[in-house]
Amino acid sequence: MISRRSPKPSPKKNPPRLSLGPSPADSPGRVSLELGGGGLLMREFLKKHILPSFRSPLLKDLPDAAHVRRETALTTDGYVVDPIFFPGGDIGMLCVNGSVNDLVVSGAVPEFLSVSMILEEGLPEEDLKKILISISRASSRAGVQVVTGDTKVVHRGQADKLYIVTSGVGRVVARADPRRIRPGDAVIVTGTLGEHSLAVLLARGDFSLKSSVKSDCAPLVFLLPLWRQGVLWMRDITRGGLATNLHELTETLPYSVVIEEERIPLSRPVRGACELLGIDPLYLACEGRAILIVSRSRAAAVLNSLRRHPLGRRAAVVGRVEKTRGRPGELLLATLAGGLRKLEPLTSELLPRIC
Amino acid sequence: MKEFRDRKVIAGLLRTIGRQASQAGPPVRLMEVCGTHTMAIHRYGLHALLHEAGVEMTSGPGCPVCITPDAHHRAAIGLVTRRENLILATFGDITRVPTRDGSLQTAIPAPRSRVRVVYSAQDALETARENPDRDVVFFGAGFETTIPSIALAVKQAAEEAVENFSLLSALWLIPPPLRALLESEEVRIQGFLYPGHVSAVIGCRPYEFVAEEFGLPGAVAGFEPADILLAASAVLNQMIRRSPAVENTYKRVVRTDGNPRALILMDEVLETTDAVWRGLGLIPRSGLKLRSRFSAFDALKKYGLNIAPAADELPGCRCGEVLRGVIKPTDCGLFGGACRPESPRGPCMVSPEGACLVYYRFAKS
Amino acid sequence: MCLGIPAKIISLDENGQGEVDYLGTRVRTNLSFIENARPGDWVILHAGFAISRLNEDEAQETLALLRELAESQDS
Repeated sequence: MISRRSPKPSPKKNPPRLSLGPSPADSPGRVSLELGGGGLLMREFLKKHILPSFRSPLLKDLPDAAHVRRETALTTDGYVVDPIFFPGGDIGMLCVNGSVNDLVVSGAVPEFLSVSMILEEGLPEEDLKKILISISRASSRAGVQVVTGDTKVVHRGQADKLYIVTSGVGRVVARADPRRIRPGDAVIVTGTLGEHSLAVLLARGDFSLKSSVKSDCAPLVFLLPLWRQGVLWMRDITRGGLATNLHELTETLPYSVVIEEERIPLSRPVRGACELLGIDPLYLACEGRAILIVSRSRAAAVLNSLRRHPLGRRAAVVGRVEKTRGRPGELLLATLAGGLRKLEPLTSELLPRIC
Repeated sequence: MKEFRDRKVIAGLLRTIGRQASQAGPPVRLMEVCGTHTMAIHRYGLHALLHEAGVEMTSGPGCPVCITPDAHHRAAIGLVTRRENLILATFGDITRVPTRDGSLQTAIPAPRSRVRVVYSAQDALETARENPDRDVVFFGAGFETTIPSIALAVKQAAEEAVENFSLLSALWLIPPPLRALLESEEVRIQGFLYPGHVSAVIGCRPYEFVAEEFGLPGAVAGFEPADILLAASAVLNQMIRRSPAVENTYKRVVRTDGNPRALILMDEVLETTDAVWRGLGLIPRSGLKLRSRFSAFDALKKYGLNIAPAADELPGCRCGEVLRGVIKPTDCGLFGGACRPESPRGPCMVSPEGACLVYYRFAKS
Repeated sequence: MCLGIPAKIISLDENGQGEVDYLGTRVRTNLSFIENARPGDWVILHAGFAISRLNEDEAQETLALLRELAESQDS
């Protein structure tokens, strides 16, 4: 948790009328929780503050993983999920799969991981052991080796139980090629949406809801062979959900993308919990699902291969790249009722720390 | 229940509505009073489909987060930033409403204090039971749909003597602002879709004055796409036959007399009071406050707060006119520019049911 | 804020506190506003409270109307 105890800035003489408009990323000296939400605010922050600080050409497109040499990709990610154990997984499994999946969707075979842990004084050793076992299991399942790491302990209250940072190195086998995307190409999602977000949200117990929903946290290494079968672009569906992650691609295309509400795979408990809480599942994060853009002629074959894998059984073509409906760069949803509406990226979310 | 979202059903209803609208004289201007309707209408793309059929939908003042004046939000922010050892429990969307003092999200709580988002009034009371050493203030905003649950939480707190629980109330009644709108003659509305879930509690009769005194048709509507269109069609039918009424098109949920048990409980715990609405100003007997025997649970009294709603909006914000249905969100100069979901200037850009956010998020291509 | 979801009563105690189910999600729900509530009944759930009982006959009637509409427009 970002410290919320910093001293207040002295009150301004004039009422701060004009300073209220700009995003919190601009307000002097204060970081708001919203900044870390994976929405527009965070993107603005990256553009305004991160990119100008580091001028590497490899960073400029903010890739999930950077291709640092012709054959090597590098990624890193921090994990602060609360609670650290949730239905379907825990922070240990999450920190391995998160980095593994960033490599896979960047066209790299995951090979090595580093694991750094920041522990809060008082964390039960039992919990730590469980998480280490889970890191070990997840890395063997994904075929990566943990080769280096670090452990620090901070005073009680200076961290919340346990944070983990992993970095991953992979061998590059493919490169996304969004310039080859054409009208008629298929948008495929590899499974049902939103389970991870909801599992974590409900595990916190802030809402009086009980559900069978389990996190979808899983390694996506089974997608690697698909790079050779007509996949033009891949993205794991993390924060911001299908809508935000697909929008990032769509806004760079000279075409529109239309997804069909009725084709979006959702499990029954996710549909239920979303309607109860008034949440749109298109904006919920997963930790074991991806979006693929596949050239029109290869879509059926890719879908078949996906569905043969246990993690891809509910894969579906949810939409198409189009040039007739909508304007270039737009992401549209054809609703169940027959209407058409624009999907915007997530602006900020009220959901708690989910990754 | 799939039929309520079925494409064929929707298409059929729209054709009927199209015929009715041309008979009534298009464009027909209807107001959906309720924010949940606004959201459903845009979420399913009905706004554009209705427009093609000759019906213009205008959003009404039915979003409790939006019409709660600045002063309430600032009182809540003041409590959690100045008082130690206090949990401010509230519904999620309220936490982002911008004020001169920031929002509950950007507020830095006092030591051992925090904001907690809850799903229900019951969760807030539970928080108080679980934290007997801390004060728990429930900032409860809502209309008649939500008010019974808030009243029950206070009653239970009184019965169990949960002394660390109190209510910062922002409770609003739907019929009075409709009268205020109609009397202002500012709005050119030809008929109403009434909020079905408010009517689940209060029934249909409280809207009869609209037909009887103002001669305008209306229908109590459900929230599925077909429900909304059925209600619009019923209103058009009344227009054509020149027989304004309050038609119940949500009979599976709404009884003519509402929910008597909920009404009795509301009356037991709360009493009407004059209230100031954002954008609408002072409306007689349009709010509810705790009866004096529950004053120990009234956060205003407990903490000596004084809520004095004044000039509310941040400069340039036209939420008031949006809430009155005088302008569309897109008519506001800030919309989409200085006022965006990530940097809202007014509450209508904050609540998922706020007309501005709905227009922004569900903009038609 | 006025979301209401049709859910089925799974259990309830003498204080009117119970649990309802919607598509496999269980919600702790206060049912004290519903007269003679019984497990198996359908109610409209709003923010942890049942605000109304769902009337099956009326629901069927509306459904029949909708089906009729869809079919009559087909031909």
